[in-house]
Amino acid sequence: MLLELADVSLCYGRIRALHGISLIVEEGEIVALIGANGAGKSTTMRAISGLRPLSGGAVRFDSTDISRLRADLRVIRGIVQVPEGRGVFPGMTVAENLAMGAYARRDQAAIRDDLEKVFVLLPRLLERKGQAGGTLSGGEQQMLAVGRALMSRPRLLLLDEPSMGLAPMIIQQIFEIIEEINRQGTTILLVEQNAQQALSRAHRAYVLETGRIVQSGTGKELLDDSAVKEAYLGVA
Amino acid sequence: MHFHSLFQNFGELTVTGLAQGAIYALFALGYTMVYGVLRLINFAHSEVFMVGTFAAVLTWGLFGLDQDSATPSVGAVLLLLLAGFLAAALAAGIMALIVEMVAYRPLRRRNAPPLVFLITAIGASTVISEAVGIGTHRNVSSVPPLIRPSTVVQIGNTSVTNIQILIVGLALVMMVVLDLFIGKTRLGRGVRAVAQDPDSAALMGVNKNRVISLVFLTGGLMAGIAAVMYLLKIGGTRYDAGFHLGIKAFTAAVLGGIGNLRGALLGGLALGLAENYGSGLFGTQWRDVVAFVLLVVILLFRPTGILGESMGRARA
Ligand SMILES: Nc1ncnc2c1ncn2[C@@H]1O[C@H](COP(=O)(O)OP(=O)(O)OP(=O)(O)O)[C@@H](O)[C@H]1O
Ligand SMILES: [Mg+2]
Repeated sequence: MLLELADVSLCYGRIRALHGISLIVEEGEIVALIGANGAGKSTTMRAISGLRPLSGGAVRFDSTDISRLRADLRVIRGIVQVPEGRGVFPGMTVAENLAMGAYARRDQAAIRDDLEKVFVLLPRLLERKGQAGGTLSGGEQQMLAVGRALMSRPRLLLLDEPSMGLAPMIIQQIFEIIEEINRQGTTILLVEQNAQQALSRAHRAYVLETGRIVQSGTGKELLDDSAVKEAYLGVA
Repeated sequence: MHFHSLFQNFGELTVTGLAQGAIYALFALGYTMVYGVLRLINFAHSEVFMVGTFAAVLTWGLFGLDQDSATPSVGAVLLLLLAGFLAAALAAGIMALIVEMVAYRPLRRRNAPPLVFLITAIGASTVISEAVGIGTHRNVSSVPPLIRPSTVVQIGNTSVTNIQILIVGLALVMMVVLDLFIGKTRLGRGVRAVAQDPDSAALMGVNKNRVISLVFLTGGLMAGIAAVMYLLKIGGTRYDAGFHLGIKAFTAAVLGGIGNLRGALLGGLALGLAENYGSGLFGTQWRDVVAFVLLVVILLFRPTGILGESMGRARA
């Protein structure tokens, strides 16, 4: 078990956004987390990456309790989040953004190798190397955010709505890239509004509703589930 | 209005304005960097500068020098200057770090609202300045005559002194070094990352507190260097030396675009020049009036300052 959330709660001030959720992610999996707006998907991601402190429960990574570990130290352990809205540094060039991904690393030779791999996987970034992050198109920013995360050599990649605001063609492309990253050995936890895509690509999935996990199963099981179909796939 | 005097002394006013502006610019860096990263106006920065001036005077005192000493030999002067700059930069840098760790960091941990930071900043400033005031009986500490001002370049009726060349030259060198540090190094990238998107920076493995410390330290070092320049120019210091100059330096930072390193340089030089031209035109008692009218007018047309954009967005 690479990641385990055990009865995790999280509050924003007096508002409780997560009411004791438990989930696991095995090494090598793509796990999807779906749910309506405000269900707590992004909050779950923040609990895992450490951007927000827990109010209860525990996050374990590689069988170690990391509940109180600072976010920047979780990156060094291999947990890397691509935040909702991408979080590209607007005033940095594409190259500098990618260099930020390797900020915590010292292995210069391996960093150069990884940069080449990222450019092979996302050739658009090579073309736009010198352009400021803030002036990229939405799809390009998403690719940059993913490429930058890969530069951190994640063991667990947290993707928060990678398809948000993108054209169908680009969405296909992004999901293919996600599967390719997974084939190359990175475990992925994927948050998506686009339940159809997410469930068909994920090994397993959880459904989140107002801060609680209400359902889980393989991607296929949930795709065929009538309640899920009705609520998230837009078919009665 | 004395147009005649302005034209007559244009060169002279320009040179003194640039020297004054260079000091503002170095001093302004601390305001602008801290604002860029924390969106906080660190009012205690003026005291960081003041502590720098005393550190240099004390250091020179350790070498047995006071205001009545004879001017030492050239070799000794170079050594003393170096010692003064090092002592002032270190003392100011450490003072800035102490302010951050004692005053601001505990507030950040508690997620205090911005107003609380502001009051704390004013409080820290008062505490430091009063402590030094009490310690020095509010007396002026004078500087030994390290460099006698002498004209080294003369163009028409404009003379440039050795001290002015030292101030402007050193300020430019420090600005370039800092610009390269922030723009080209890994640590500098970390600083810009926190300025542009603190959460994203944490997700890249940047230790935010370490970056903040680095920013306070760097701002302090630069203020320390400005402090020695000020001493060479003015000849002495007092517990409240940072107050008035701090307001000017902060003005320079806002004028250039707060949060923007190159803006601090531009704002500092612009302010120094405008002040001097203004006092040439209207008389010296109008110096500060001109400075602040300039600020108001520029902000009217460019609310974010001359270069606008924060340390983040302008790839400073
Ligand atoms: N910083 C915050 N302060 C206060 N409440 C917050 C904050 N962030 C999120 N919330 C609340 O927590 C709940 C969960 O939000 P979250 O962002 O995790 O939802 P989500 O599932 O990611 O939604 P979406 O699909 O719209 O991105 C929401 O009710 C939201 O209003
Ligand atoms: Mg969300």
